[in-house]
Amino acid sequence: MAEALSRRQFLAAGGGLTLAAALAACSSPVVTSLTGAQPAEADVIYWNLFGGGDGANMQLMVDAFRKENPSTSVESTTLPWGNPYYTKLALAAASGRTPDVAVSHLSRLPLLAQAGLLEPVEQAGVADAGITKDKFTPAAWSKATVDGTVYAVPLDTHPFVLFYNVDVAKKAGLLHAKGDNLKDIGGKDGFLAAMKAMKDATGHYGAVMSITADPSTSWRFFMMVYSGLAKQPLVADAGTKVTLDDSALEETFAFIQSLTKGGLMPGNLAASGASTLFGSGQAGFLFDGEWQIPTYRGVKLPSGKPLDFNVVPFPRLLGDKPVAYADSHSLVIPHNSGRSSQRTAEAVSFIKSLLDHSPIWAGGGHIPAWLPVQKSKSFLSQKPQSNYTQAAFNAVYDPIAWYTGAGSDFQTAMGSVVMGVLGGGTSPSAAAAAMRSTLQTFASARPPVK
Amino acid sequence: MATTAVATPAARTRAPTRKAAAPSNQNRAGWLFATPFLFVYVAFMIGPVLIGLVMSLFNTATVKSGLGEWVGFSNYSDVLTSSDFWKSMWHSTLFTVLTTPILVLLPLLFAVLTSRIRHGRTFFRLAFFAPYVVPSAAVALIFAWMYAPEIGLLSKVFGWFGLTAPNFLGSTSGGWFAVVLLTVWWTFGFNFILYTAALQEIPEEIYEAAEIDGATPWQQIRMVTVPLLGPTISLVFILQLLASLKVFDQIYLLLQGGPNYTTRPVIEYIYDTGFTSYRGGYAAAATMVYFVTLVLISVAWLVWRRRPSAAENG
Repeated sequence: MAEALSRRQFLAAGGGLTLAAALAACSSPVVTSLTGAQPAEADVIYWNLFGGGDGANMQLMVDAFRKENPSTSVESTTLPWGNPYYTKLALAAASGRTPDVAVSHLSRLPLLAQAGLLEPVEQAGVADAGITKDKFTPAAWSKATVDGTVYAVPLDTHPFVLFYNVDVAKKAGLLHAKGDNLKDIGGKDGFLAAMKAMKDATGHYGAVMSITADPSTSWRFFMMVYSGLAKQPLVADAGTKVTLDDSALEETFAFIQSLTKGGLMPGNLAASGASTLFGSGQAGFLFDGEWQIPTYRGVKLPSGKPLDFNVVPFPRLLGDKPVAYADSHSLVIPHNSGRSSQRTAEAVSFIKSLLDHSPIWAGGGHIPAWLPVQKSKSFLSQKPQSNYTQAAFNAVYDPIAWYTGAGSDFQTAMGSVVMGVLGGGTSPSAAAAAMRSTLQTFASARPPVK
Repeated sequence: MATTAVATPAARTRAPTRKAAAPSNQNRAGWLFATPFLFVYVAFMIGPVLIGLVMSLFNTATVKSGLGEWVGFSNYSDVLTSSDFWKSMWHSTLFTVLTTPILVLLPLLFAVLTSRIRHGRTFFRLAFFAPYVVPSAAVALIFAWMYAPEIGLLSKVFGWFGLTAPNFLGSTSGGWFAVVLLTVWWTFGFNFILYTAALQEIPEEIYEAAEIDGATPWQQIRMVTVPLLGPTISLVFILQLLASLKVFDQIYLLLQGGPNYTTRPVIEYIYDTGFTSYRGGYAAAATMVYFVTLVLISVAWLVWRRRPSAAENG
């Protein structure tokens, strides 16, 4: 009996302790989220998805804001990039605890806007802070607009670009006499000739690209070539109708397959292989996003010399105009009916500050979307970034649909078809049929948002 | 929630025999001690299953609050008629067929061999078990480097012998080979430890008796060790079967289900539709179909297991 009693006492004491601990922790986020009380928080809560070099640059920009606005506190949270990022944003919105400012890819904007997660930025008063259409790269601003409403403030444009090894290009005779820039290698024949010259100069490959287990890169490359040729987007009516141009599709596939079949570039190469081959001078060109620039800075060639590379927009290929496949990071204000006008104003001034400090952001290779910075000396003096500013104006984004965008299943599925073409296993006509049926699967699926 | 769960069984035991107060007390204490576990179990197992069941009947979006519109069983009919879903179910099955026999038999062989050597037994046990404690992300990263075309270690090794390495990451057959090899190396240790533990349960006297009767080492393994390991082999088999059917990490990390989704397991299909395309309701329906499949397999095993053990125990 005594034993039973002591056990009961023990349990009671234990329960009491737990309760006391819970009460003591009243101000902790766990408790406030259970009780629904507003947690003590900063004036601007900011969510972003940047790690690595971009993360460090973003931190500098946030610090710059803090220094200039000592009275406004900022809580900056970096969440891991990946699809759950947007799910977390939605969960935060559902519980009424949204951040005041968040980063989003413009390619993912249609879905987020349709889900009712975003505050139209013009209603939040960005125009009063001088954030207006005429001060942005037009392609980025128009992608930030969904059904006539602007939902995001573009921060940058990050296009798919052409890297080249300067020494190899010189040897291949592709540089201007002054030796500072690439000759015009536009058009199908011009581009193939340049690839051939690069291949002869390296003795290995004309170009490399990350293909194996990397459908997104294949997709970017394909989308750039196809968009230069086709007159209409892949899908229409918010993604429910397939509007593929079959002849343009086959021509695109035949062209990209000729690059690998002819041995100008390897058809099976992983990301690590691409950076090793380009970084050691065994390939003249690298097809990749400009965000890879930091990867190649300070890389030493086997001879001990530093790798001398430059970055330019892709020339026109199959069509008559150059096209750049791109995406943009943008700043959004997640919808929260409980946000005070004071908080909204602080969020807007934070956004404005990030735009003004975007020369720092350009260090990661991105083209600032904010024209006052894009035209400023602090950006124009950055090389090779300012070489490919034009790409931001020729930018083509993912087609508008609920299933497209950065990191989407759509990019993986479509890129996988392209990988088959690059690897040589799929014929252009079979790939065209495969791409049509893949696209049809997405177009006919029930949209989760309307 | 938890208190009602405690009250019912306690009341039931009290009803038939009023005198037996002590067992009733113990019963209540038992439930009380189990409460923390039950709470977690209900919150994180039963709860999500029920929510998933409800979600599967709605067009729920994972980027939007609320359940969305009622769609009845149309998510289920979409799942059951989706060729992508059935392809991914087949990939999970294929992976199971490829890995289960190897991972049931090979650890058995090595556990028996290790138990019969005199020196360095601990070393071998540790060596076989060590890979199991490496996180899946690290394993996938290491193997991705070894498999990488042009620059990878394995590709180079093939080159030394004048052979062309299979396309480990860029072709379907190469991808399966790559994933199975990784999985065998990585998870081998768990089954190995189960067998090793079971081997230590077998009394030394049986081997002595067998030796006196003139049994050779091979006969001892065949006639003594393997039959006495029967229940463990059966357990390892079902654990391995379920673990293999649940494959996700290594395929996702190494191949992203590629090339062109030809290695995508069903869990990745659910992840892709639910968290990448944000079709929560549809993904929930796919999860339910898969869940029912796993339950059926487990039940079939239980039924099959009960028969021989009932006969053995008389």
